[in-house]
Amino acid sequence: MAAATDTSAVASKGGQIAMWIGLAVLLAAPFIGLYPVFMMKALCYAIFACAFNLLLGYTGLLSFGHAAYLGAAAYATGWLVRTAGLPPELGVLAGTACAALCGLAIGLIAIRRQGIYFAMVTLAMAQMIYFVFLQAPFTGGEDGLQGVLRGKLFGLIPLANDTVLYYVVLAVFVAVFLLIIRIVHSPYGQVLKAIRENEPRAVSLGYDVDRYKLLAFVLSTAIAGLAGSLKTLVLGFATLTDAHWSLSGEVVLMTLLGGMGTFAGPVIGAFTIIGLQDFLSDRVGAWINVIIGVIFVVCVVAFRRGFVGELIAWQKRRRAQ
Amino acid sequence: MDIFGIPIQAFLGQLLLGLVNGSFYAMLSLGLAVIFGLLGIVNFAHGALYMMGAYVAFVGLDQFGINYWFSLVLAPVTIGAVGVVIERTLLKRLYGIDPIYGLLLTFGLALIAEGLFRDHFGVSGQQYPVPELLQGATNLGFMVLPNYRAWVVFASLAVCLGTWWIIERTRLGAYLRAGTENPALVQAFGVNVPMMVMLTYGAGAGLAALAGVLAAPVIQITPLMGSNLIIVVFAVVVIGGMGSILGSILTGLALGLIEGLTKVFYPEASSIVVFVIMAIVLMIRPAGLFGKEK
Repeated sequence: MAAATDTSAVASKGGQIAMWIGLAVLLAAPFIGLYPVFMMKALCYAIFACAFNLLLGYTGLLSFGHAAYLGAAAYATGWLVRTAGLPPELGVLAGTACAALCGLAIGLIAIRRQGIYFAMVTLAMAQMIYFVFLQAPFTGGEDGLQGVLRGKLFGLIPLANDTVLYYVVLAVFVAVFLLIIRIVHSPYGQVLKAIRENEPRAVSLGYDVDRYKLLAFVLSTAIAGLAGSLKTLVLGFATLTDAHWSLSGEVVLMTLLGGMGTFAGPVIGAFTIIGLQDFLSDRVGAWINVIIGVIFVVCVVAFRRGFVGELIAWQKRRRAQ
Repeated sequence: MDIFGIPIQAFLGQLLLGLVNGSFYAMLSLGLAVIFGLLGIVNFAHGALYMMGAYVAFVGLDQFGINYWFSLVLAPVTIGAVGVVIERTLLKRLYGIDPIYGLLLTFGLALIAEGLFRDHFGVSGQQYPVPELLQGATNLGFMVLPNYRAWVVFASLAVCLGTWWIIERTRLGAYLRAGTENPALVQAFGVNVPMMVMLTYGAGAGLAALAGVLAAPVIQITPLMGSNLIIVVFAVVVIGGMGSILGSILTGLALGLIEGLTKVFYPEASSIVVFVIMAIVLMIRPAGLFGKEK
């Protein structure tokens, strides 16, 4: 990535403090008047954006159809929990697996092209999945799958209570966040970054680049699926908007706005965009798309490092003086 | 007379519809290919420009009584000017950086355009009347050919071949092709490359708008008509490969026809057949049917 500075280290003290403060706020959220359903929705999209960032930020692959995997998992979980009566934990697992399988199938096709073509192929394949959902009998067409009950986690903990479900979602989010840090710092993650920086060079060093990219793609789609499955449990429905290309665009924006190639960036981006949509949805009508579009344009032209990227760059400049 | 149990009238009718769609694919993928060649930008806003072209025709007729034939000139010029402004103010800041930013910027522009048009016109479709001269149909004996559809196929083919001729056979086209290969060297020879880049984007935008005007009488004009189409056109471009102009035209037409055939024999698959073909082509020939690059 052209604009990527190496911002993957969590090492800076300020960054660590900020993360602990963030965690404390998230833990306290239900008690300081933050609406739990909103927070859960934002956390789901934060997981989604983190998954996307693993590809764009750390591997340099722009998947322009990531909503398809979120949507696939959302439908799979919705159908399995509602119609087949699966408990929520199995529903979420199955949804995640379903997204990973879609990711594997599409990844195998998409990694045959590089660069901008990769983006076009993933977008086109995602659109195909969207049309399948539009016509398939089990998705409920335009209405979507409605009335998915949350059930009991492990048959014990009833999830109907928003606060209980919030902590479950938060636990999953923290696990995903740590997993991604772990992946990026592992030797495997280092190879991904090498591919991002200079793919021909990684090839010449003897790495089977396609396999690394495919695994990153499947990991990312699986985590995106996890986000979709959780979202279905939280909101109780799965609809076509979950798989629509506009959501694929939004997750790019979340990552870009927060700072791609940074750990906290996608989370901050997701909260910003979801918060903005929530705040504006009944105030501006169709203008919401205009506003999102303007943020997109401004980000690309003048703010390519995103919030966290700018912060890290500013810190580096200060330390250099 | 039937073909595989389908009345030949319906069969040929669908084929013609497929050819009409194929002409739009051809015109749009041609514009995408030319813009990508010179600017290195995959223009997601191409669909929005196409939509805006249709709306220029619609508003022109509705508010100012500008007829179809005049719109055929007015819309490309207006939208071409919009394209020039976009290139000068925004796209030029992105040259030399990773091409994904061009895709993202034009994606944002498409969202803005769609949002503005949705706010103003709503999501329901608008009708545009077929111009008087082209109303009715001609009986060819074996089928009844709606005049307007024949005109669309003819006009887009003429435009596509004209574009091909300009790029492959004229001095201006030679500059363009040279600029695609090595802009710095072309500039060193005294060609005003930034001006050429600007006009290329404008011309691409105009081409999209022209397709929009041609499409206006045969489709529902909605603010979202562009984005749904552009994703299919992306698949067309991947199938054809962006290397060759004639390749883009042929691929566009062929895929339109295949889509039409699918509508006849297995309508459920008609919306995904292009993507399935794309997947198959990528497995067999990753660079695309006419692609040259690695």
